[in-house]
Amino acid sequence: MLRVAVAGGAGYIGGELLRLLLGHPRVDVALATSDSLAGRRVDGPHPNLRGRTDLTFVRHGELADRQGSYDVLFLALPHKKTMGAMAGYLDLARTVIDLSGDFRLRDPEVYARYYGTAHTAPELLGGFTTGLPEQHRDALRTSDRISVPGCMATAGMLAVQPLADAGLLDGEVTVDARTGSSGSGVSAGEANLHAERSGAMRLFAPAGHRHEAEVAQASGLPVRMTATGVEAVRGVQVLCGVRLAGGAGGSEVRAAYRKAYEGERFVRLVAYRRGAYRLPEPKILSGSNYCDVGFAVGDGGRATLVGALDNLVKGGAGNAVQCLNVRFGWPEDTGLEFFGLHPN
Amino acid sequence: MVTCPECEGSTTLTEQPRVGEILECGDCASELEVLTLEPLQVALAPEVEEDWGE
Repeated sequence: MLRVAVAGGAGYIGGELLRLLLGHPRVDVALATSDSLAGRRVDGPHPNLRGRTDLTFVRHGELADRQGSYDVLFLALPHKKTMGAMAGYLDLARTVIDLSGDFRLRDPEVYARYYGTAHTAPELLGGFTTGLPEQHRDALRTSDRISVPGCMATAGMLAVQPLADAGLLDGEVTVDARTGSSGSGVSAGEANLHAERSGAMRLFAPAGHRHEAEVAQASGLPVRMTATGVEAVRGVQVLCGVRLAGGAGGSEVRAAYRKAYEGERFVRLVAYRRGAYRLPEPKILSGSNYCDVGFAVGDGGRATLVGALDNLVKGGAGNAVQCLNVRFGWPEDTGLEFFGLHPN
Repeated sequence: MVTCPECEGSTTLTEQPRVGEILECGDCASELEVLTLEPLQVALAPEVEEDWGE
């Protein structure tokens, strides 16, 4: 059995990592850290884990004290804080899988522009592989430094990249992202009070969201992203407005998606003509590692590309576990077999 | 097998298809109506569209 540690286990992503890793047949969870909840049971902040584990949180400093008791270190820590400590983390475990935003962007100047602060470990940026198996599978098989993309970025990249690779896109991509409240993390703030959040369609990032830079980096295209919080706990949906190149239409778009995702375990092409769920919708993906992608072609060479996923699973923890499976040569769906709920 | 005119996916016919029979494409869920048997031709079946945008 592979032994893993989860740093930052008290948050929503950390909790989702623990849920998936505790059910993974090839993994033992050796420890989970949380400075604020050290000594408390893991199933306190994550009550869905009752009966599945007797783990208690340990202080973050114990990662170093217990070096050697784990092989893989998952980092579910805040961005801006992770980068300063990364050199130390890399000495602690054979494989480090980072879910923060700090090692997603290759260019430190782009990082500074989107995160509002200089990167403190730019020399490490080039050593990380983007943790998206559908686009970096070969590199992930041998990578011991993996950076998992952001939730809205993952949906955007999986929706846009097949067409970008096929040369079907021309000009700027506009990504309109909608996200559930769990995407803003476990720390309660005034804006997240039920009275303020419930029923809201809050345009919290009208321009310049951090995930915009990830989609631009992957696609090589100019990208503009807006992000809106909607009435959901889990889920991300992105609508990507694009201009099709060279007179391409629906047939070419569908062919590009089919080629890109043929045989992919966790990406489905959903562009149906009938039914309530004719285009990707996160509602039916809760808890699953799927990302559904779809499209609709309009007049004048314009098209809308759609991506949907559970922000905590394919948009974070599930994707990280999928990367783990790729890295260690296991079937990619190991521990990720759950395929969602309906009705939900 | 017939090719869906909407998505170009392949759809299996029943053993003895009949004119007017409705098939469902497994790739895009389009309803396909059998127009003729010789030659075998299908077309998108008409449907009522929803509009929630009032």
